[in-house]
Amino acid sequence: MPEQPIIAAEGLRKSFGEVHALKGVDLEVLPGTVLGLLGPNGAGKTTAVRILTTLLSPDGGHARVAGFDVVRDAEALRHQIGLAGQAAAIDGNLTGFENLEMVGRLYHLSPAEAERRAEEVLERFGLSDAANRTARTYSGGMRRRLDLGASLVGRPRVLFLDEPTTGLDPRSRLGLWDLIRELVNDGTTLLLTTQYLEEADVLADRIAVIDLGTVIAEGTADELKTQIGGEVLELRLADRARVPEAAGAVLGLVPGGGKVDNNTAEIMLPVRGDGPALLTEAVRRLDAAGIALSDIALRRPTLDDVFLQLTGHEAEAGDADASPPGRASRRRRRRAGAGAQT
Amino acid sequence: MSTQTMTERAIPRTSPIERVRWAIHDGLVLTRRNLLRYVRIPTLLVFSTIQPVMFVLLFRYVFGGSIANLPTGAHSYVNYLIPGIFVQTAIFGATQTGVGLAEDLNVGIIDRFKSLPTARSAVLAGRTTADLFRNLFVVLLMTAVGYLVGFRFQDGPVKAVLAIGLAVLVGFAFSWISAAIGLAIKNVESVQAASFIWIFPLTFASSVFVPVEGFPSWLQVWGRNNPVSIWANTLRGFTLGNEYLRAIGESIGGLVIKSGVWIAVILAIFVPLSIRTYRRT
Repeated sequence: MPEQPIIAAEGLRKSFGEVHALKGVDLEVLPGTVLGLLGPNGAGKTTAVRILTTLLSPDGGHARVAGFDVVRDAEALRHQIGLAGQAAAIDGNLTGFENLEMVGRLYHLSPAEAERRAEEVLERFGLSDAANRTARTYSGGMRRRLDLGASLVGRPRVLFLDEPTTGLDPRSRLGLWDLIRELVNDGTTLLLTTQYLEEADVLADRIAVIDLGTVIAEGTADELKTQIGGEVLELRLADRARVPEAAGAVLGLVPGGGKVDNNTAEIMLPVRGDGPALLTEAVRRLDAAGIALSDIALRRPTLDDVFLQLTGHEAEAGDADASPPGRASRRRRRRAGAGAQT
Repeated sequence: MSTQTMTERAIPRTSPIERVRWAIHDGLVLTRRNLLRYVRIPTLLVFSTIQPVMFVLLFRYVFGGSIANLPTGAHSYVNYLIPGIFVQTAIFGATQTGVGLAEDLNVGIIDRFKSLPTARSAVLAGRTTADLFRNLFVVLLMTAVGYLVGFRFQDGPVKAVLAIGLAVLVGFAFSWISAAIGLAIKNVESVQAASFIWIFPLTFASSVFVPVEGFPSWLQVWGRNNPVSIWANTLRGFTLGNEYLRAIGESIGGLVIKSGVWIAVILAIFVPLSIRTYRRT
């Protein structure tokens, strides 16, 4: 018998006046796995999470989480879930310990159990030293950790994290990723929303791409990447002036040609068939013409490529400052420019 | 999707008594949380007491000398003023309920509370109860300040306790009005501004500071029937005694009933309204 999903949503719809936030969303998550709900601002990610965590009733469709209907059995369901929203929902006037102890009491743990659980969570999240400081004195990363900790006090079977790393600095982001991976290793089922392709790629077993209130693609990161095609050969020339000459030499190698960007001096060739052979041949030809390369790579398409292809727009339009650091995002921005050019 | 594909779980049904017990428990957990705020930021309490103290001093020493037509049995203006100040302080203090709720909404902590298996009533009950304690503290402080500037309870300690109790109850009722406003407007500054638009005419066009007999006749109609006047006069009935009651032609029993009905009406309208608004946010 195949495993039964622990989150199952079918045809969820929700409108706020004229704004149709969700237009029939289906989701399925198997126990112990991580679903990344990936989409730009305003895609409907938060609305979906709010419905699945009983904060909002859907206008249509239905959903079950951990065996409970999100509308009919809302009260019982709340014992099974943990939620950490976009803002660090903690009380700055309480200490870290008091925040967690309060949440424990509100989960209806006994006073002793609530205290024990608060200490455990603080320990696990590296906040023991700050346990008796008011949360208002915490750094942004510490507040997020405390917030994530608060969502775990009740030992939820299903955890919902709505953009858990938005607004964090790179180091805190990486730290939070490690914590989330540990939780998942313990068997917690996780639904995570993110605008960051990199984050979904790193943390999620399966990814649902959501845009304008509908799920437009669903699968593993690999499946999504395969869906838009195979590898790409990227050639960057040392000398921009020689781009036309180089293009003439290598574009003929692939039927249908490739993409040339004069600004970045890049030539991109889609690989159909034998990648290494194409790479060797391209290098041989450029070498014969005496054209020097500054970079060469045979790469799989990134989720950015997938997102761009599926939605027709960039994943983080207008939000470049909040994008995660590292090679992937530098490439994304560079590629965004290239996309505009060609 | 058919329900067979899902794991069915037994849904724990709690008895009504059990539910009430948890509702009280959750309300108290959140009351404690809201009160800790004043322990952690004592300046908050200090500043919220400066304004009523200034009102006492302003009316006692600046306006007090020029206020005529006090009913007989008022003893002196300060004895007339302080019960009014109790009511005014409690009502002004109640505006903090809406401000506090708007703040909680904005930091997202209400979403967290709602996602927990916590009684739905707990957030509002915890907030209004905490504000009741805060108001009690401020009214007691006003009593102390009143005693420093010449106020005295004239009719014994039991009536004194009743007077303070009624003031705090009025504040509690207004906390629910404030809660409905805070949950509907959601923006902290707007809630603050919106509250004073209706609270100023309500408290000043009443017998809180001066006898309504000095008002123009059209305003006297409002001033006499304004519930704030009724509460202020009931408090004076407790603090000043029978001579005052005779002078204004009221009995303490009648005033207590009228005061109670007004409080009940406010609660009957604004408790359900606040809860409904809370569920929808």
